[in-house]
Amino acid sequence: MSTVVQARPEGGARRRGRRSRSYGGGVGPLGIGVATLWLSIIVLLPLAAVLAKSLEGGPAGLWDAINAPSARAALILTVAISAVVALINVVVGTLIAWVLVRDEFPGKGFVNALIDLPFALPTIVASIVLLSLYGPNSPIDLDLYATKPAVAIALLFVTLPFVVRSVQPVLMEVDREAEQAAASLGAGNLTIFRRIVLPALVPALLGGAGLAFARAIGEFGSVVLIGGGIPRETEVASQYIAKQIEIDRPESAAAVSVALLVIAFLVLFVLRLAAARTQRHERG
Amino acid sequence: MVISRATRLSLRTLALGYLFVLVMVPLGLILFRTFENGLGAFWDQVTTPASISAIQMSLLIVAIVVPLNVVFGLVTAIALARGRFPGRGLLQAVVDLPFAVSPVVVGVSLILLWGVRGWFGGLAEAGIQIIFSLPGMVLATIFVTLPFVVREVEPVLHEIGDDQEEAAATLGAKRWQTFWRITLPSIRWGLAYGVVLTVARALGEFGAVLVVSGNVPGESQTLTLLVHARYIDDHNVFGAYAASTVLMFLALVALFLMTILNRKREDA
Amino acid sequence: MTSRTSVVLALAAAIVALVVAGCGGSSDEAGGGDSANDDAGTKLSLVAYAVPKVGFDKVIPAFQATPKGRGIGFSQSYGASGDQSRKVEAGLSTDVVNFSVEPDITRLVDAGLVDDDWNAGEHRGIPFGSVVTIVVRRGNPLGIRDWDDLLRDGVEVVTPNPFSSGSAKWNLLAPYADKSEGGRDPQAGLDYLQKLIGEHIRVQPRSGREATETFLQGTGDVLLSYENEAYFIEEQGEEVEHINPAVTFKIENPVAVVNRTKFPDETQAFVDYLYTPEAQRLWAEAGFRPVDATVAAEFRDKFPEPATLWTIADLGGWGRVNDELFDEENGSVAKIYDEATS
Repeated sequence: MSTVVQARPEGGARRRGRRSRSYGGGVGPLGIGVATLWLSIIVLLPLAAVLAKSLEGGPAGLWDAINAPSARAALILTVAISAVVALINVVVGTLIAWVLVRDEFPGKGFVNALIDLPFALPTIVASIVLLSLYGPNSPIDLDLYATKPAVAIALLFVTLPFVVRSVQPVLMEVDREAEQAAASLGAGNLTIFRRIVLPALVPALLGGAGLAFARAIGEFGSVVLIGGGIPRETEVASQYIAKQIEIDRPESAAAVSVALLVIAFLVLFVLRLAAARTQRHERG
Repeated sequence: MVISRATRLSLRTLALGYLFVLVMVPLGLILFRTFENGLGAFWDQVTTPASISAIQMSLLIVAIVVPLNVVFGLVTAIALARGRFPGRGLLQAVVDLPFAVSPVVVGVSLILLWGVRGWFGGLAEAGIQIIFSLPGMVLATIFVTLPFVVREVEPVLHEIGDDQEEAAATLGAKRWQTFWRITLPSIRWGLAYGVVLTVARALGEFGAVLVVSGNVPGESQTLTLLVHARYIDDHNVFGAYAASTVLMFLALVALFLMTILNRKREDA
Repeated sequence: MTSRTSVVLALAAAIVALVVAGCGGSSDEAGGGDSANDDAGTKLSLVAYAVPKVGFDKVIPAFQATPKGRGIGFSQSYGASGDQSRKVEAGLSTDVVNFSVEPDITRLVDAGLVDDDWNAGEHRGIPFGSVVTIVVRRGNPLGIRDWDDLLRDGVEVVTPNPFSSGSAKWNLLAPYADKSEGGRDPQAGLDYLQKLIGEHIRVQPRSGREATETFLQGTGDVLLSYENEAYFIEEQGEEVEHINPAVTFKIENPVAVVNRTKFPDETQAFVDYLYTPEAQRLWAEAGFRPVDATVAAEFRDKFPEPATLWTIADLGGWGRVNDELFDEENGSVAKIYDEATS
């Protein structure tokens, strides 16, 4: 997962590869064919089936299914809560990354490892775990079951690592000399952070927040027990899709799936553009 | 930045407090709920026939998915890193697709492709059952774990370049010899990391598997589905906590391996 | 390299051995072992609606203790009735099905998976049933007594989605039959449902059991459910109680053999066993209303007869009710649901 967060290293090796069209460790045309076939059967064909199903009633049918009141409500809720969650992640994730990079305290290694736990922990366990603390049997008497904050907490849990892990390496490399120079010129901490640290972090923050957002809009397992799934209140898009399958309306499930896919692609596409732009910026 | 002790302490408190409330307290509570009746009660819940078969089912899926992902993931990674061919960019994007697709959508898409009324519905009619059975769950798991091996191995391949491989080829080594002696040793930690991620995700996948599983204990119920079935269908909250604790333990093992491998990889 | 390879191979072999060693038990009772039975090789798969597990947990071991049941293992799957039925139709392999409502079996008859004459027996394929009941918080703080009380301002009712759940269909049919005088005045019944669904139902759990869980998590003031489910959660010590309204509806939960079963004799023996007085008593103990007259008489105190008990036959049978009310395109309830919640 970590490599997804970081930009893919390309450059020197690639140019060398182009110069000598070698077979060496390559897999040849057969390998390329195998890889393409594999990806098609596992990923592309199923998604094509969804797209085809959603268009069975024509574009108008697709639009009607997405625009049905509770489908629309689920999509809007999903996007809104995911956006809030991504924003909170930007703030808290930066804070946590900063503490992990610039602060020293006993048990830091443990805390650092803890950040990855939501990646490793099954989402259904996350849901049951959060429900035991923030549900009706809450030992701290904080019952959030079937409320929007409960959905947000579940999403914050599963998206915790994204911003932290994308900001952390950048923060390690931020130019401390520039900071010191600024400080010696009398700049306050806030100014230094805003003028020197933050600009360096922006691409990483964008990337982390985008991945957190993309993860949040598709999330199902962690929300399923604690969210309550109340139509038009706490039912997220993935729950709505699952329900449509259970009540035997695959066209409607496919339509909302397509909407969800389109939103995710848009986000990732914009991210790619932004990342490419800042990279060009840095080089130029 | 020279930050006063007070500011640093309050920032630290804020960050740790957030992690404490969001992660530590809930996990601690589950552990407490699991073991408050003693180890025996936990053990009873973990060793019911359904629980044992769920553990086996999860392991079986891992045992099928990991080798497939390793073989095809390596082929894909090498093709992407070393090959120059039209559509390479598209292939890159397809590898990342599973990260952007909701698990539930994965399940729905498999039903629409492999289900009785799907494109490949003929298979089901011929008696080869995919959906609501093991093959469907395997396909769902492969879908969601597909990027891990590729994405962990490909950057390493870029980094090491192909000079050594070319040298070996010049000296007359066969392609698989080169792979076995040169390429594999240098990508082993990245590959291992990708495998750990695959295993963790395969054990933990819920949404995609839920949609395509028959959820029959002993036949198509994984550990995550057992947690859900116990919580909802059996009204057995304690049993759900116990099964969750098993999954949590597996997650911690994965986390431990990830930390170790990360260190190895950076040393290498 | 070689030592590492062998370690990996050994690990892989260990996993495979572990997986192969178990034939896959299915009982989820602590200490309950059905894996011994698996050795005999006969394992029946039961696909059922969400709530009868509490009954089958008593009946299956009793069956296994009979001469015909010896050595037969079981795997059981529970979930929303309609969803389970569609899964079987779509290829989920199973030997015996138990759904909440008859149309979920009819779907399999149409698909050729269940024989036409599945309901030819004395009890028409129904080994047990229940009545629709109203579950409230302990002490009944809102003083709910009958169907009209559900329409009071601010009362929130929990009942599952009728397009996945069988329980939900029964729950809606009970007040519908009451208000429409057994279907003589359909409009009066629909008016009631319109108000109930439009103004008092907020959540749509997918099965009867999920509705229970939702209610127990604190959502809503009233849960509509099976009487047996009410007994079940009361025995679990939950803070609830149930009221059987004076006018309610008879729930009949059918069981049928799937005709492509590999074990037709064993499956039929199991289904026959469900109707024996012994099994009927176990169903009654688990909170389900027995169909055997003698056993029913024994449990008269546990299952009081409501003043008026409408049946599906009074409304013209499932074929008609399903077409008129629950058809997904044109059914009246489907339209009300679409308006209120879609």
